[in-house]
Amino acid sequence: MLRTYLLLVWTWTRAAAQYPVSLVLLGLATAVVGALDLAGIALLYANAPRIAGFTVAEVVFLYGTATTSFGLADLALGTTERLGRHIREGSLDAMLVRPVSPLVQIATEDFSPRRLGKLVPALGALALSLPALEVSWTPGRVAMVPAMIVTGAVLFGGLWVLTAAVQFVLIDVHAATKSVTYGGAFLTQYPMTVFARDFVRGVTFVIPLAFVNWQPTLYVLDRPDPLGLPAALRFAAPVAAAAVCAAAALAWRTGLRHYRSTGS
Amino acid sequence: MAWYAFRRHTAYPVSALAEALSNVAFGFIRAYILIALWRVRPSLGGYDVTDAVTFCFLTQALIGPVQIFGGMELSERIRSGAVAVDLHRPVDLQGWWLADDLARAAATLLLRAGPPLLAGALLFPLRTPGPGLLAAFLLSTLLAVLVGFGLRYLGALAVFWVHDDRGLNAVQLVLSMFFSGMIVPLVIFPGALGEVARALPWAALVQVPADVFLGKRTGADLAAALGFQAAWAAALLLAGRALTAAARRKLVIHGG
Repeated sequence: MLRTYLLLVWTWTRAAAQYPVSLVLLGLATAVVGALDLAGIALLYANAPRIAGFTVAEVVFLYGTATTSFGLADLALGTTERLGRHIREGSLDAMLVRPVSPLVQIATEDFSPRRLGKLVPALGALALSLPALEVSWTPGRVAMVPAMIVTGAVLFGGLWVLTAAVQFVLIDVHAATKSVTYGGAFLTQYPMTVFARDFVRGVTFVIPLAFVNWQPTLYVLDRPDPLGLPAALRFAAPVAAAAVCAAAALAWRTGLRHYRSTGS
Repeated sequence: MAWYAFRRHTAYPVSALAEALSNVAFGFIRAYILIALWRVRPSLGGYDVTDAVTFCFLTQALIGPVQIFGGMELSERIRSGAVAVDLHRPVDLQGWWLADDLARAAATLLLRAGPPLLAGALLFPLRTPGPGLLAAFLLSTLLAVLVGFGLRYLGALAVFWVHDDRGLNAVQLVLSMFFSGMIVPLVIFPGALGEVARALPWAALVQVPADVFLGKRTGADLAAALGFQAAWAAALLLAGRALTAAARRKLVIHGG
């Protein structure tokens, strides 16, 4: 499955590389669009040194980790959001007769390195914020930074597939599921101290976005949890990611098994 | 023409509701962020915290009508050559698409503006304008739609020359998101950047209608605000006319 995925990715990449200037310019455009949220953070902090108890370096760090994770997940699985359109247009039927998993086919469709552009402002933000953080670095804290990026990416990847699978049942809801994926990516750029407590409980225990970077960051910055949740949760991100992926796999398989073509 | 377009754009209410739900979700996230900032700076930019939250949900409601994310069906028709059919019609190209866009804006205003404002009002205290202010706001929104159309029509016509509109769309998206006040209200832009941002056409899309709604522009100032929008709308529509004429001269259609 991974071999087919990579083969298809390579095929689409070569297709995209036929127009190199267009590819580079679109990559740059993607980077600038991605940097808009960073500009928003800069404008907020131009007016106040601390917001909700967090400094600009800390929020830029949250932006960097969240956006890197989301960028990786989007690169690998972002096109699954087109499932509703494939169902409506009947092109999912064509995918089903091919000897490759439809998930792999949808995920690699239109794959373009231009989406790497999203990672430019994300990695830039990490490079800027890491030296500016006031943290006494220990081996554990150093290791936590790449670990949270990877688990965050896996978690977002699970959310992409899960929200796509919803479209098996509700074909027209793509616009609403965006509030979980893109909304989640936006939400995790900010410290949870910004939001109402019930809202934070929701994104901790229902849709576990708090594990993308918030809980691990509390460990890195050595901050108390504003909700008073146990410290063990700071290391629970892999569990949350595994749970989301299991739910996604189950939802995808169930959806696919019950899929009936729209007919001719 | 506008009536048919209106029927077409209201044909998928479920889809529009899904969009509105997404606008609501982003509205809440943005509202909490603005509240956190206004807790530190209670009267920033002449807004109090209620103004800021109202601004936030109002802008979420306006995303659909002024189509802040850009794009227009016309650009795809130019790329595919279907625009030849449009040019054959015994009506003006710009007028035809303006009618379509006004109907689209009315449809999205009906279907998508309500949920963000209602959901916001359920959780937060929002400012509610009197009938006079509401009428001024609706007029301001109409002008905002005209400015939005003017900007997007220019972008779409550019496809006659550049063929691939994706790069251009990205530039338009960045400009309209940043300079309209969608990312953060223009009132908190510092110094010269704020002055420039408030003079650009994108300010007419979201910031000005929101200020009118919040009662920040009254009397002569209100007339100035509406005049600002009307001036940009007129300038952009005239530029659109000129560009349409230029495109007509440039276009060669291969028959068959």
